[in-house]
Formats: sequence, C-alpha cells, structure tokens
Amino acid sequence: MTEGLRQSQPGLFTRLRAWFSHHLQSLVFSLGKIYRSPLPTIMTVAVIAITLTLPAGFYLFLKNLERVSGDFRSSTQISLYLKLDTSDNDARALEISLKELVDIADTSFISREQALNEFKQNSGFGESIEQLDNNPLPHTIVVQPVHEIDPLRIKTLVSQLQADPRVDIAKLDTEWLERLYTIVDMARRSVIIISLLFSFAVLLTIGNTIRLDIQNRYQEIIVTKLIGATDAFIRRPFLYGGVWYGLLGGLLAWLLVEFSALMLSGPVARLNQLYRANFELVTFNFTDFMILLAASTLLGLAGSWLAVARHLNDIEPK
Amino acid sequence: MIQFHNVTKRYAGGYEALTNVTLDLPAGGMAFLTGHSGAGKSTLLKIIALIEKPTRGQAILNHINLNTVPRWRIPFLRRNIGIIFQDHQLLFDRPVFDNVAMPLIIQGFRRQEILKRTRAALDKVGLLHKEKAMPITLSGGEQQRVGIARAVVHKPMLLLADEPTGNLDPVLSREIMQIFVDFHQVGVTVLVASHDLNLIEELQKPVLTLNRGAMIHNDLEKPGD
Repeated sequence: MTEGLRQSQPGLFTRLRAWFSHHLQSLVFSLGKIYRSPLPTIMTVAVIAITLTLPAGFYLFLKNLERVSGDFRSSTQISLYLKLDTSDNDARALEISLKELVDIADTSFISREQALNEFKQNSGFGESIEQLDNNPLPHTIVVQPVHEIDPLRIKTLVSQLQADPRVDIAKLDTEWLERLYTIVDMARRSVIIISLLFSFAVLLTIGNTIRLDIQNRYQEIIVTKLIGATDAFIRRPFLYGGVWYGLLGGLLAWLLVEFSALMLSGPVARLNQLYRANFELVTFNFTDFMILLAASTLLGLAGSWLAVARHLNDIEPK
Repeated sequence: MIQFHNVTKRYAGGYEALTNVTLDLPAGGMAFLTGHSGAGKSTLLKIIALIEKPTRGQAILNHINLNTVPRWRIPFLRRNIGIIFQDHQLLFDRPVFDNVAMPLIIQGFRRQEILKRTRAALDKVGLLHKEKAMPITLSGGEQQRVGIARAVVHKPMLLLADEPTGNLDPVLSREIMQIFVDFHQVGVTVLVASHDLNLIEELQKPVLTLNRGAMIHNDLEKPGD
C-alpha cells in the first residue's frame, strides 16, 4: 500500500544543494525582475520609503529633543540660601559636607559679601545699596546634582537639603523641567504609535504589490503546480520580492531623512549663533541605520508572506 | 498502475461527471480514452493527476490511494506523471529550453544534468534546433511537441495526455501519437484521451470509451472478470 512511486529524484545531498541554489535563484530572479521593470518597482519602493520616512524622521526629532532635554537636565541646579545668622565657617563646612553626597556632582559657594558686590555691579541699584546698614543677602551654595539623576531623586535631594537647619530655602525650579520631560515622553509615545501605524501601512503596500504580482503570474503558478512544484518552491520568489521591496524602501527612507536633516542644518546653525549654543543636529548612527533596514526588510517579508499565504493556496489547477 | 474501482465524481451543483467507472491499466500499458466531449474523459485524467478527488469509489495510482493523499504529498506524486494538455500550457515569457527544463529545476537536478536531459527531450521531439526560440514563434504542432518534451524530460513513469492532437491537422496528429507509442515501447505507461477515432483505430491499442460518465467499452477488461 505504501510502497510509493518510483523516485526519479536525485539524492538528498543534491536536493539540499538544489534547495540552496533555488534560494539563490529566487533571490537573483526577483532582483532581475526589478531590473527589467524598474518603473513599477521604483514607484512601490518610493511609496514604502515615504511611508517609512515619517516615523524615521519623527524618531530623529525625538532623539534630538532628548539630547536637548538631557542638556537641560545636566544644567539643573539647586540654590541653597542659608539662614542669615550662619557664620562664614559654618557655611563653608556645610559646602564641604555636601560634596560628599553621592547625588551631588559639584558645589560652589557664594559668600554674602561676594553676592552683594555682584549685585551692586549688575543690578544698577549700587547707590541705594550703599545706604543699607547691613548686607541683606545670605550665603548661597549652588549645588550641581550628578548628571544622570532622575527628577524624582532631585526632589528627594531638595527636601533633604531643605531639612538642614542651616538652610533657609532650597530652591529648584522643576516645573518647567517636568513639563519638558512630559513633552519628551509624549513625543516618545507618539513615535511608537506612528511607527506602528506606518509599519502597518508598509505591510499592506507590500502585501498588495505581491498580490498583484501573484495574479500576473497566475498561469505560471498553475503550470508549475501541475509539474510537481511544492508550495515552498512557488512561494520563494514572491517572498524574496517582498524582501527587496522592504530593503530598498528602507534605504531610500534613510536617504530621505538624511537629506531632510541636511536641509535643516542651516537654520540650526543660525539658531546656535543666536543662542550662543552648540546644539548639533544628530542623524542616524550605524545602529539606527541597521534597525531601520532590518525593520523595513522584515516588514517586506511579512507583507509578502501575508499575500502569499492568502492568495497562493487559492490558485489550484482546475 | 492505474486502478479505478466504481469511481464516481459529482461536482458541486450535482453534475455527475463519472459514474461507477472501473478500470485497470497495468504498468507499461497503453490505452486510449474516447468519448464525446463532456463524457468525462478530462475528469478521469484529473483524478489521476490529483487535480480532482473522487466523490465515491477508489482511485489507486501505483498502490497509492488517491482519495486520501495528503496535500503536501501531491507535488511529489505529480513528479511521477507527465501531463500533456490540449492547449500545451507553455509559458510564453521564456524560451523553449527554459519551458522544457522546468520539471528538472523544480526537482533540483544539477545544472549539467538539466542541460543534458533537456536537450535529450528536445531531440526526442525533433526540436533541438529550436531550444533558444520563444514559444510564440513556433507553429501549433511544434508548441505541442515542446509540451511533450516538458512532460517527459524528468522520465515519468506515467504519461497522461488530454486531447493532445485536438488542434492539429491529421499528419501532425499522427506524428504526435507516434511519439506516445515510442514512449510506450520503452516502458512508460501511457493514457491518451482523444476523440480522433480513425487515428486510434490505426494504432491498435486498447480503447476505453466513456459515455455520459459511464464506461461503455473497456478493452482492458480481462475476460471472466
């Protein structure tokens, strides 16, 4: 019953090599098809690239925003206004003890006298201040928290410092910083949502392109099925087609984003001049680039897989 | 090789294409399948080629029950069959050689082997000089012979032909049929569906006749069965 038909097939090793060689063939064949009919391919790739450019560009925007907010974070300072009756020695002792704390990177001490002199010079009230009997300004210690501290620990640090009996007011203007962090967090989530939506769009675009491709080669699929091609054999060229669409789309998207960044570099330089800042526009690094390519290639494969799984089985000889 | 036991095929909608068909074509045998169009010839071939499954009864191809073949095995079973269609089903986007080589590529033969066997098959049908031609440039008879070359290139044990001479003039038809007889003589089992009764009579092979799905004449039936 199960003796089977005579196997006119070559041996296992040869078939294994044939399997690899068919993979290679499908790869080259699908690439050759792109080469032979470049216009439809270019249009598909362009659609995919533009679709990918939006999340990629948004990601880059976020990356720059995070860098800027990181800069702000490192410039976060806590000003400690000491009680007026604190002596010079006590104040300096406090500053030295603060330097020991893990969360504090640096401190600087501004004595009452120093503060008064600066105020005289800078405020324009020099004359009227001369009239004062005693110096109304306290000793001040400016605390620089460590660079990678998070907002919550800064708050803890502030209340810890406030608790010291020598400290009158520990002041940190955190409100605008928290707002900034919230905006960054919002942007981060938006990037995720946009990436998901647009990935789905890429998936559908590639799936639809492959579906049309399958329909165009209807006759060929029927004939190859009739002469004994397995589903995997028929599937392969279409899957490679999807991979190429994804990979080329990803590459083009990268170029588009880099080009856009180049367009922005002029205004950024001017902004730097105006604000005496040295903000530098970052673009994709190697890892980002590889992730973009890997993601777009995978989307291509997934999209073509969906199309192939849905439509190839429907095509049977009648 | 091919055994049918009371095979009935009813299509969705109730149309009965085959009714209680029984036949036994031994390995190495050759037979003609005749009957009016719509008599069930194509359906019978489709069951053997695993394109259709019987509704009732058993169809057996070389000890394998075709009623219960799982889907994944179908491609591998089809590799033992060479099928020739009336409209030859060539792919017009590639030259003759590539058309004929397809079964070998699918089965993963080596390059040199593909070259050798494809040329041998084209030589057998007298079209070696056309290997680089595109199918569209060939005559009807030549296209049909390319179809035959593709069906035999992987040396199948069974050759099925559905009206292979349907579109050809009598001289070409005789040539094509002679090719089938040649394959039969080297041990291939051959089943040809045709309504060219004069030609069939000339060749003196067993004839199976279908009429409205029923077998009304069977030269293969042994006396006393």
